Amino acid sequence: MAAIQNRYDFVYLFDIINGNPNGDPDSGNMPRQDLDTQKGLVTDVSLKRKIRNYVQLAKGGGPPYAIYMQEKAILNLQHQRAYDALGIKPETKKLPKDEAEAREITRWMCTNFYDVRTFGAVMTTEVNAGQVRGPVQLGFAQSIDPVIPQEITITRSSVTNEKDVEKERTMGRKYIIPYGLYRCHGFVSASLAGDETKGTGFSEEDLNLLFEALTNMFEHDRSAARMEMNAQRLIVFKHDNRMGNASAQDLFKRVAVQRKENASLPRSFSDYIITINQENLPKGVVVIEKL
Amino acid sequence: MKVERVSYDVMTPSAARGILEAIHWKPAIRWVIDAIHVLKPIRFQSIRRNEVGGKVPATKAKTAMRRGSLEGLHLLVEENRQQRAATVLVDVSYVIEAHFEIVRERAGSDDNEGKHLDIFNRRAGRGQCFHQPCLGTREFDASFSLLPPDAPLPQAEEESAELGFGHPRDLGFMLWDIDHQAEDRPSLFFRARLVDGVMRVPAPGSAEILR
Repeated sequence: MAAIQNRYDFVYLFDIINGNPNGDPDSGNMPRQDLDTQKGLVTDVSLKRKIRNYVQLAKGGGPPYAIYMQEKAILNLQHQRAYDALGIKPETKKLPKDEAEAREITRWMCTNFYDVRTFGAVMTTEVNAGQVRGPVQLGFAQSIDPVIPQEITITRSSVTNEKDVEKERTMGRKYIIPYGLYRCHGFVSASLAGDETKGTGFSEEDLNLLFEALTNMFEHDRSAARMEMNAQRLIVFKHDNRMGNASAQDLFKRVAVQRKENASLPRSFSDYIITINQENLPKGVVVIEKL
Repeated sequence: MKVERVSYDVMTPSAARGILEAIHWKPAIRWVIDAIHVLKPIRFQSIRRNEVGGKVPATKAKTAMRRGSLEGLHLLVEENRQQRAATVLVDVSYVIEAHFEIVRERAGSDDNEGKHLDIFNRRAGRGQCFHQPCLGTREFDASFSLLPPDAPLPQAEEESAELGFGHPRDLGFMLWDIDHQAEDRPSLFFRARLVDGVMRVPAPGSAEILR
């Protein structure tokens, strides 16, 4: 599989209805917020987790789409881990050069594991050559408007401990955001995919799988806490040059998300208008709407 | 401050170098940061995240490679959880003043300053980069633009004492860079001061740099 030849920048919009997209361990699992603006946040690592889970589910977890950072929740231990046809047979040389060997290990990990190839990984060796920087970089997702978390108290009509049998009921709490539309920016570097020494071999197929994951990952991530999360838009800027043809910030400005005049309290995606300014696009940049 | 990360008040010279290298770098050149202008008030925020405590054990990868199977080669995140808080800067804006030097021993015959300067200026001017530069860690992407030679320098938003206006502000010891040439890669430090919103960075080899 050949590495990608183009730089990509993308804008990803997703929303949540009556749920908690990403709890903050610092404040009792309340939805994360930027305290200055009250806007909601979803961390990059939270989204990466969902991408990994989706790829594991969609591809069955075998090479070349194995997932290194696994969650036990999807232990589909089918162990169809067959010998990878492209497997490298490392020769146990008499005098292996540490660096060359480290590089070989890195390459092997990239070949077999989708998440190492995409997001990178830190591998420990005596020689510090086992650091893989993945081509895909995600920022924090931030909500368009301030979100107002609500604390919901719920009751359970059974108890855990025998000694509480008199109580008959226990109470619990959860936080929800009635509605929030979140915007996330992402970057795909062709150089980190295809560079001779640093490249991870991230290919067109891998890229399409990434976009597929972003489009569908919430469908397979339902839970009581998250309820309805939906991918709404995925707008990709493709540069015809490996280094890019325009600055990412200028391209991102072309995607405007505006609340409709009459929607002072947004409660659905239809309360927003998304416009993509395609006029005078920089030469060599095309807009692809994946969703 | 590594386990619970706390940001410095100002971008370090080493981070600034990383941003420039993300736009253009070759082994034949070495970026040298001269000064960092701080344009916005210094504000912090705390973020706590679930992180993974372990790294990929290379030895494990090696045995799997020999066996030619991925059996048992993964990291279960639940068994390796660490919640770490990071105290990060919010809403930053800097101007980096830098130049580069040609590294003679790694330079080819066609490596001259003009060529690399042209490449950098062309890329930075067009928003091109090798990979998107970041502000410290990769989840915080950096937007960049080139200040043309005749453009006025952007001024700090407010001339506050915190940015060293009126009286130099001592930022204490700050990482200058990591000495990658030396054995076990020691960190080098310098005494950082903000004077009228500008942090001057000592040149390589100067006596101000401490090991």
